[in-house]
Amino acid sequence: MIINHPLLGPRDSAEFTYMGDAKLIDRPDWQSDTAARDFYEYGYLRDNPAGWHNELWFHEQGDRSWLVVTRNTVTHEISKVELARDVARARGRSK
Amino acid sequence: MRYSGFQVIKQALTGHKGWTPAWRDPDPQPHYDIVIIGGGGHGLATAYYLAKEFGQKRIAVLEKGWIGGGNVGRNTTIIRSNYLLDGNEPFYEFSLKLWEGLEQDFNYNAMISQRGILNLIHSDAQRDAFIRRGNAMILNGADAEMLTTEQIKARYPYLNTNDARFPIKGGLAQHRGGTVRHDAVAWGYARGADSRGVDIIQNCEVTGFKQENGRVVGVETSRGYIGAGKVGCAVAGSSSRLMSKIDMQLPMESHVLQAFVSEGLKPVMPGVVTFGAGHFYCSQSDKGGLVFGGDLDGYNSYAQRGNLPVVEDVCEGGMAIFPAFGRARLLRMWGGIMDMSMDGSPIIDRTHIDGLYFNGGWCYGGFKATPASGFCFAHLLARDEPHPTATAYRFNRFETGHMIDEKGMGNQPNLH
Repeated sequence: MIINHPLLGPRDSAEFTYMGDAKLIDRPDWQSDTAARDFYEYGYLRDNPAGWHNELWFHEQGDRSWLVVTRNTVTHEISKVELARDVARARGRSK
Repeated sequence: MRYSGFQVIKQALTGHKGWTPAWRDPDPQPHYDIVIIGGGGHGLATAYYLAKEFGQKRIAVLEKGWIGGGNVGRNTTIIRSNYLLDGNEPFYEFSLKLWEGLEQDFNYNAMISQRGILNLIHSDAQRDAFIRRGNAMILNGADAEMLTTEQIKARYPYLNTNDARFPIKGGLAQHRGGTVRHDAVAWGYARGADSRGVDIIQNCEVTGFKQENGRVVGVETSRGYIGAGKVGCAVAGSSSRLMSKIDMQLPMESHVLQAFVSEGLKPVMPGVVTFGAGHFYCSQSDKGGLVFGGDLDGYNSYAQRGNLPVVEDVCEGGMAIFPAFGRARLLRMWGGIMDMSMDGSPIIDRTHIDGLYFNGGWCYGGFKATPASGFCFAHLLARDEPHPTATAYRFNRFETGHMIDEKGMGNQPNLH
């Protein structure tokens, strides 16, 4: 697979380390009343869809940036690649 | 028809005209006591033991394709019970004991061959860890023996014991481990279940569940609605896909694992060898092909095919310890979808919905578990309580912190 890095252009996926579902960006609030349950769901439960999936890839053998890759788990086609930093900021994180 | 040497001779003398199909091809009935979703090894074994050991009647197995077309036909056929943790080892040893009597039990030649499995070690620390593992196996009634490099070389003289990075310092052997003709496992269980009245319904995909008063009462399928007293799901890599139809999230990811077969060679590998440090393991099939595999591709996938970097990585691992195999040509390769759980261990449990039971999360250890998985799932479905060897395989262990993490990798499914 080729991942089209937003800064570096097309890169071999073998340069990356896979983390999993991009919902891991949305870490629960540890002070919430439901924190124990929220962290269980965050840590252990996954949608694991057959089809389009937003996922975190780490460019370990490259510029060491985290990316959010939108990829089809049935065809391995990649439709969108964004910097995880931009995705997190768009959701109001790390202002 | 009961298979026997006498039958083979009798049929040979009468032109082989008396053989009958090994199982029927029935249309679905409107209602069953127990519906098993998934006609793979685990689903068929569950139906077989439900009918044979637990006296259940009116059972159906629903398969979206053809039986045995998923992971039971896509694995590397290895059986073993060399686990460390208390939650796992009694279960896998139970499974190995069932394998040992399986062919007589279901009257089918599954070509079970206890040719032994050997895990290589490369350092003093690894030797300590494997001695501990061997002791845990012995404590649970399994067999284990530490071998020296000389003992290993006597069996595998062409093994490269002097690799610069991973010199071979010995190994942990389980002589009762081995290989099985994998398709025959599905066929044997299917035949055994069918002859006891189980309906095996192929080309029947489950598209939804029907609930009444918080209880599952049946399934919608591509061949119409089928009512059910209880529904058991055993669909391995498709688990999340199936359970999403009833809005259940599972503690697992689906990953692709590739496996490979070389051209046929004369007998060269007497047993199974695993090279964990280099992510390579290998055995030789009875047809002569070297059957080998390695790591997951590492990303979520439902594609049943992998990519080239892992092919290269697996072959490099093989070349490091078996340089002679570099002369063998690769004949074919394939991918299977693994239901990788969050701690690397399976789930055999009730769900939070009455009447709905789940069996999955087998990671890449599902084949060896087939008999015990079927037996324990049948036990749970028939008696509503877990089998004594499968009490740890609960959904809630991730919430309560009772993970069964053999490798200590944490909640990163692609590392188990």
